[in-house]
Amino acid sequence: MNLSAELVNFAYIISAALFVLGLKMLGHPDSARRGNLYSAVGMALAIIVTLLADSIVSFEVIALATLGGTVVGALAARLVAMTSMPEMVALFNGSGGAASLLVGWAALYDEILGTSAPSTFILITIILSILIGGVTASGSLIAYGKLSERMTTAAIVFAGQRIVNSLILVGIVGSSVMFCLEPTLGSQWFWVLLALSLVLGVMAVIPIGGADMPVVISLLNSYSGLAACAAGFAIGNNLLIVAGSLVGASGIILTNIMCKAMNRSLANVLFSGFGAAKAATKVEGEVKPIVADDAFLILEAAQSVTFVPGYGMAVAQAQHVVRELGELLEKNGAEVNFAIHPVAGRMPGHMNVLLAEANVSYEQLVEMDDINPRLPNTDVVVVIGANDVVNPAAREDENSPIYGMPIINVDHARTVFVLKRSMGSGFSGVDNPLFFKENTRMLFGDAKQSISALVAEFKS
Amino acid sequence: MEAVFLSFILMLSIFLGFELISKVPATLHTPLMSGANAISGITVLGALVAAGANNSEMATWLGGASVFFAVINVVGGYMVTDRMLAMFRKKPTGGAA
Repeated sequence: MNLSAELVNFAYIISAALFVLGLKMLGHPDSARRGNLYSAVGMALAIIVTLLADSIVSFEVIALATLGGTVVGALAARLVAMTSMPEMVALFNGSGGAASLLVGWAALYDEILGTSAPSTFILITIILSILIGGVTASGSLIAYGKLSERMTTAAIVFAGQRIVNSLILVGIVGSSVMFCLEPTLGSQWFWVLLALSLVLGVMAVIPIGGADMPVVISLLNSYSGLAACAAGFAIGNNLLIVAGSLVGASGIILTNIMCKAMNRSLANVLFSGFGAAKAATKVEGEVKPIVADDAFLILEAAQSVTFVPGYGMAVAQAQHVVRELGELLEKNGAEVNFAIHPVAGRMPGHMNVLLAEANVSYEQLVEMDDINPRLPNTDVVVVIGANDVVNPAAREDENSPIYGMPIINVDHARTVFVLKRSMGSGFSGVDNPLFFKENTRMLFGDAKQSISALVAEFKS
Repeated sequence: MEAVFLSFILMLSIFLGFELISKVPATLHTPLMSGANAISGITVLGALVAAGANNSEMATWLGGASVFFAVINVVGGYMVTDRMLAMFRKKPTGGAA
């Protein structure tokens, strides 16, 4: 059965509608799962009609690659732990980038071997698809390395970094121009361009570290969409452009939300190398440790308890015991909720997913702007593995690298418990004056064990 | 003319994307990201044509590799998003997952 181009494009319209509808339904937790299904149906439809189109004549390579990709993708999606979601998404992003790069490359062969000489417009779109795809692929690999802590999570900055980056950009523009002037398959400019794209991706991500990772992962998400967009221009496919730009827009919006949540501009995040510049005012004072027995007595008397989770909760795998403690507190008559900072964890919404996994109802998850006015009337705040997002230095210390960042004002609550392994500084290496406040009590030890101890006290 | 036509589509879809996504609540940002990521696997269409059109041997192999990566993105992205969204519940149902 060979479908005409009109029919294929008509089916593409339906696919595009399903993507739009799917994204719209992702706007509410009740409809989100169905929305994702609609979007998947749209994708399946697009793939099927493309396979039936008369331009495809041989299927061996396709069958093999599809089988391989399905097995890898399905296994990865099945086996990944919810705590490792950020690095998984980074890898999927990179995979999409690599696909766009290869489509652009393959389109080059078709164009140059084709009957008429390729137009400059087509060449530029092919170059863009290779460039954005390459940056996404190699950048995502670095992001994966950082998120999974297979390489240093800190920002890597060196003298002359900007000069090197500028030279890379000049090199990319230069080799693109040279290639457009004389587009041949053996052109060395093509290889220069390909190599520089991959290097640029690496260089773009290494100076970003620490708490800035949610920005990077959102931005790479956006790039993977833009890469698909560019590939759509290169091969003249409407659906690639529509779907790619939807994803591109989504990534940009998330990036913007993340930047706002850290009170920093995108340029600042991308180029400054977090925390490298100013030295914060040294915080000194005495911390007041507390043992689980005493913490239990305070919690038992509390009318309202707010949990503030951070990446440390994910590391300690404490989300299930936290949910259990929350339920026990509710049974004890307290009002329990979870305050979630937009950049808590290492990707947007990371904490929400972990708590959802632990069966916490999404109605109990409160955003930063909604919880802050309620905190002065909250009896106990329990900070679990969060640091920067509750650091009052962001309000008080103008020299702090995080000064100006909106935070959850946990120090306004009557009592704050901070669960912490030891007295080191957080992921971004910033000192936290919260630990020395009058109403702060430190509960040292592994977060999961500390919470379990509290749960045991409630049960006995 | 085709360049203008395609750019028109690009402009409209970007605005549509902004409208759609800015309404998604923070709770759903991770599934939004992985779901959007799966959609970016739409490149698979270009990859399929490159791999199956028999234009040149090199294009077939590049296309094949591209199909592989794009399918990982599509299958993995949709499945992992579904797995996450299945966990979002209204009332706690009791018992650890």
